[in-house]
Amino acid sequence: MDNLGQSTPAPDATFNIDINLTVNGTTHRLAVDARTTLLDALRDRLHLTGTKRGCDLGQCGACTVLLDGRRINACLMLAVTVRGRPVTTIEGIAEDGELHPMQTAFVEHDAFQCGYCTPGQIMSAIGLLGELRETDAATIREHMSGNICRCGAYSNIVAAVRAAAGKGS
Amino acid sequence: MLAFSYAAAPDTATALDLSGADANAAFIAGGTDLLQLLQEAVIAPRSLIDINALPFVGVRIEQGGARIGALTRLSDVADDAGIQQHFPLLAQALLETASPQVRNMATVGGNLLQRTRCLYFRDATVPCNKRQPGSGCPALDGLNRINAIFGGSEHCIASYPGDMATALLALDADIVVQSLQGERRIRVADLYRLPKETPQHDTFLAPGELITAVLLPSNHAARHSHYLKLRDRASFEWALVSVAVALEMDTTQVRKARVVAGGVGTKPWRLVQVEDDLQGRPLTPDQARQVGDLAGDGAAPRAGNAFKVPMLKRAVERALLMAGGIT
Repeated sequence: MDNLGQSTPAPDATFNIDINLTVNGTTHRLAVDARTTLLDALRDRLHLTGTKRGCDLGQCGACTVLLDGRRINACLMLAVTVRGRPVTTIEGIAEDGELHPMQTAFVEHDAFQCGYCTPGQIMSAIGLLGELRETDAATIREHMSGNICRCGAYSNIVAAVRAAAGKGS
Repeated sequence: MLAFSYAAAPDTATALDLSGADANAAFIAGGTDLLQLLQEAVIAPRSLIDINALPFVGVRIEQGGARIGALTRLSDVADDAGIQQHFPLLAQALLETASPQVRNMATVGGNLLQRTRCLYFRDATVPCNKRQPGSGCPALDGLNRINAIFGGSEHCIASYPGDMATALLALDADIVVQSLQGERRIRVADLYRLPKETPQHDTFLAPGELITAVLLPSNHAARHSHYLKLRDRASFEWALVSVAVALEMDTTQVRKARVVAGGVGTKPWRLVQVEDDLQGRPLTPDQARQVGDLAGDGAAPRAGNAFKVPMLKRAVERALLMAGGIT
């Protein structure tokens, strides 16, 4: 087989670790290589491509998902270390065809431009509201610092998060 | 990422056995630094031992002191009511650490052992004595803006990047470690090595030793402490200079002072001369300025990081004023 120009798996890569991954309420049984990150598993194995790969180093927040209801970077977690805890992705927050209030707030406040960071921003914002902090603009800015928006939609993101928190903008 | 094998340890004995059986194994807990190091091929362990199931989780306040399990996530320590009440310095340092996502993942034990952010250490394509002993140190005359002004050697000037250890040093904390040989306590002050001839060793932990807890002794500094972190952006950034201050006061006079600097040393850097000069005197704006001026003594700045010397002096002054409630 001609692998020229393609990425070749390391010779000793083995997809021999069986895990249960519960994502958005559905449990999937997967055989993974130990190196598979939660982000890899979501995107490449479960084809849930709403969760984005940005830096792959935990620095941009595009891969933010909820684990046990708390926001984390899916790129910094090996799938084998998830250990059965429930994962929620951007695909799992709308209910019965209705957008999640945070999604609605992002739409209403025009809280994005290119949209690439948006799933991570929304998941992070949902995680933030679960942390029961103050929802003034300064607190939101500080506690959304794990999500970078290179289009610079920050002011509208803050307005959207405040609106979803019920404080108005 | 190079291939590695993986085993989840169900208990401490298994974790220590697995580690003892493979000199090239690494423990993984939160994984927030480990994954970065793996992704960029800075390290290549043959196997990972998952210690997340071990029972070292939670914060316990007892008699004014605290015991923090090494697997407690940074966010859970920062948000703990007892830590906020008795050790606000630690809560403050942790809230300024990394991002909310990282704080939900990273553990106390792993945070203590995070590796330097030196650009050359993190780039596997260039020499680095810490990553590859004997290969050289391009930081000495290269891009050394973030590097250390204290504690460096001709082999390494990588700065210790963490906030939590800086605060823990100011709180006279200990850690508890376990190994196949048993359990021992180490002062955080004695955990980190100077690079000297062997910059590949960050700490005095022996291979296979596992941090299980951080112990904070009770103190009387909760009302007069402050963590000041100066960085290139307002949040989610490493410290260029940070200062942890913990003061025990008799009305206006300083009875005991701990002043520790982060971002400037190859390890968290206690400013003993500043502490000595504070002791037994009233804390005033003039005094804060004068002792701040001592903070740069002994510094060995390089071309790119000389700015850290005046920045540190004024950061010490400012942190003292904040801790003393003078501003």
